Amino acid sequence: MKITVNGKAMEIAEGMDLHRLVHSGKADPDRVILVLNDGVVKSDRWSLTVLSEGDRVELVSFVGGG
Amino acid sequence: MDDKLIVGGREFGSRFFLGTGKFGDKEAMRRAVVSSGSELVTVALRRIDLDETDENILSFIPEGVTIMVNTSGARNAEEAVRIAHIAREAGYGEWIKIEVINDSRYLLPDNQETIKATRILSGEGFVVLPYMHPDLYVAKALVEAGAAAVMPLGSLIGSNQGLKMRTLIEVLIEEITEIPIVVDAGIGRPSHAAEAMEMGADAVLANTAVADAEDPPLMAAAFARGVEAGRMAYLAKMGRERKGAAASSPLTGFLYDE
Repeated sequence: MKITVNGKAMEIAEGMDLHRLVHSGKADPDRVILVLNDGVVKSDRWSLTVLSEGDRVELVSFVGGG
Repeated sequence: MDDKLIVGGREFGSRFFLGTGKFGDKEAMRRAVVSSGSELVTVALRRIDLDETDENILSFIPEGVTIMVNTSGARNAEEAVRIAHIAREAGYGEWIKIEVINDSRYLLPDNQETIKATRILSGEGFVVLPYMHPDLYVAKALVEAGAAAVMPLGSLIGSNQGLKMRTLIEVLIEEITEIPIVVDAGIGRPSHAAEAMEMGADAVLANTAVADAEDPPLMAAAFARGVEAGRMAYLAKMGRERKGAAASSPLTGFLYDE
């Protein structure tokens, strides 16, 4: 199944939820703000949200800035 | 001295705002924020890679300090609004610094798009501080659009050139009396910050000059003092500049007069 993560195509397994997606890397999950198809999904909803074909995911975080 | 700055309904004891970008490490940034005495810091929002092991910047910002999210990376009002919405949904977006930049060489703000974004976001209840090119008509439009302060650039972002826009900022200070004027960008030295405050700016925002210093916490403290000194001088009302000399000691009763 194909989704887009930060503008790039990504192949994921059927039934993958947001919790598993965020925890699939090394990044500190506390840092991650997840935007699914233009709306932020709070971390307590990640495991309840299963990804669908064509979903657009943005993984963002606060960083230093002026 | 009771001289509080009020922006967006919040009282600030310090008139120095600090950006959190470009610090070598987050601990140096944290120590700089502490020694700056700043009660407002800016952060940005960026995409991250899932394999990035960076620490969470928010855990390095001392308790009680207001976090203002900037919309850097936005090229138009719509993108700025989207960034503000994400920040708010993530729980940190009440204070927004609007930064709409199209020009990648000089990083100059797009005033027209900035007005648009200010109008939308202040209408949605955000406390909006737009970064702007110091133009009187634009500043008036920003007041009308609901900005909580205007933030004219002193000189190009990160240039450390100081107050190249001095005359135009003076016009804003003179004419925009409804909301505070925060000089942002290009402030390279504590003396630049002091100069802005002597002119009557309400606050100064700096980042590069502190982050790039060999000892950022010490530089942050130096900036805090520069801002304070300039503010005190402004309140004390400076004597006028003269062309010639004016003796400081009495001109009579010299010891060897005959």
